[in-house]
Amino acid sequence: MNYHTPSTFEDAARLAGAAGGVTRFLAGGTDVLVQMRAGMVLPDDLIDLKKIPGVHDIARTADGGWRIGIAVPGAALGANAALVADWPGVVEGMELVGSTQVQGRATLAGNLCNGSPAADSVPGLIAAGATAEITGPGGTRSAPVEEIPAGPGKTTLAPGELISAILLPPRGKAGGDAYLRFIPRTEMDIAVAGCAVNLRLEGDTIAEARVALGAVAPRIALAPGCAAAIIGTTLDEAALAALDAAAQAACSPIDDKRGTVAFRTEVAGVLARRAAAIAYSRAKGE
Amino acid sequence: MSKIHVTTTVNGDEVEFLADPRESLLDCLRDHLGLTGSKEGCGTGDCGACSVTLDGTLVCSCLVLGVEAEGRRVATIEGMAEGNALHPLQRKFLEHAALQCGFCTPGILVAAKALLEKNPDPTETEVRYWLAGNLCRCTGYDKIIRAVLDAAAEMRQEAA
Repeated sequence: MNYHTPSTFEDAARLAGAAGGVTRFLAGGTDVLVQMRAGMVLPDDLIDLKKIPGVHDIARTADGGWRIGIAVPGAALGANAALVADWPGVVEGMELVGSTQVQGRATLAGNLCNGSPAADSVPGLIAAGATAEITGPGGTRSAPVEEIPAGPGKTTLAPGELISAILLPPRGKAGGDAYLRFIPRTEMDIAVAGCAVNLRLEGDTIAEARVALGAVAPRIALAPGCAAAIIGTTLDEAALAALDAAAQAACSPIDDKRGTVAFRTEVAGVLARRAAAIAYSRAKGE
Repeated sequence: MSKIHVTTTVNGDEVEFLADPRESLLDCLRDHLGLTGSKEGCGTGDCGACSVTLDGTLVCSCLVLGVEAEGRRVATIEGMAEGNALHPLQRKFLEHAALQCGFCTPGILVAAKALLEKNPDPTETEVRYWLAGNLCRCTGYDKIIRAVLDAAAEMRQEAA
């Protein structure tokens, strides 16, 4: 295995584009090293991105949003009070990934690129309207985060392409987000269902909303029906019931030992209700 | 397979070793530097027996490549006692019998030390969540949690 430490994303993309065999990018390593150890993936070329300037930084963008480097671990997100104040739902999703030790390494970009339908940080990013900056052999482009997952273990990134930053939009006034998941334990487990809600209020009325569901379909995805169910409402019981029904309608989960189809579907509705209530109270500044 | 020369700092001392790029930091600590205090339980980041700090951040050394340690600061269980003087956490683990087979103990001590540096007065719940990534199959955890809380109390008094 060749171990590379490029100093720019363009060089990283070039290395990956020119490599003939199995290539992996290394950020936090909490998935790649496990796959290597298990023999699932034996890279010929491992491209460590952590020597690229800026990858460890969390920075405000000119428009008031955020640019998060691809090597920023969950623990660093949680330690950034201004980011937590803007996007608590994004941060709490990432902080649910793994143990304290894993939080010291695991990254948003890695969680996204691992392609798990149950990735805890991804629904929050999608609900927030986050974009991925992608560098490839042909240059740099941007894509909404919801366009990255392509099914279990797969992404829409082309060979040689890699995520070079995660961008969050400006929070703006009267906005709030939240992520909730269900696991059978209280810690250290993989989501059986998850839901992120991001909304903006005008007065007491929800003016804009984005809802994303995790672990209940092959891809983590936006649920436009859920957003439609609460936009224009004050999140009263009728709106919550409509949201619950829309979330259940958006589910097409697997049936396995951790959750049946019926269970995952019902729980997705409950989580949507609860996450919406938290996002609403955060938007009110409560 | 060409090996890579790595220079890093372990427990305050500059060290160097030759690493196959596929080797974990845990392998390098144990096999190249003779620091066998960090243990391999699972090798997949689930059990925490290999816990070390990397530039002050708690990590599983099985989920870090040895070559990634270049230019960084690594702290292991071997750096915890000062000579023959045990760290308060180590003493309290003995007093509370917070270990049986001892395999998980180095990782739990390193993890608990990282917690108390960040939060000198944790609640029981905070200790339990912080240590959720450190598995112990002997003690049932209760004695471990009590030992950490007792050590934290003692360390706060000393600091006051």
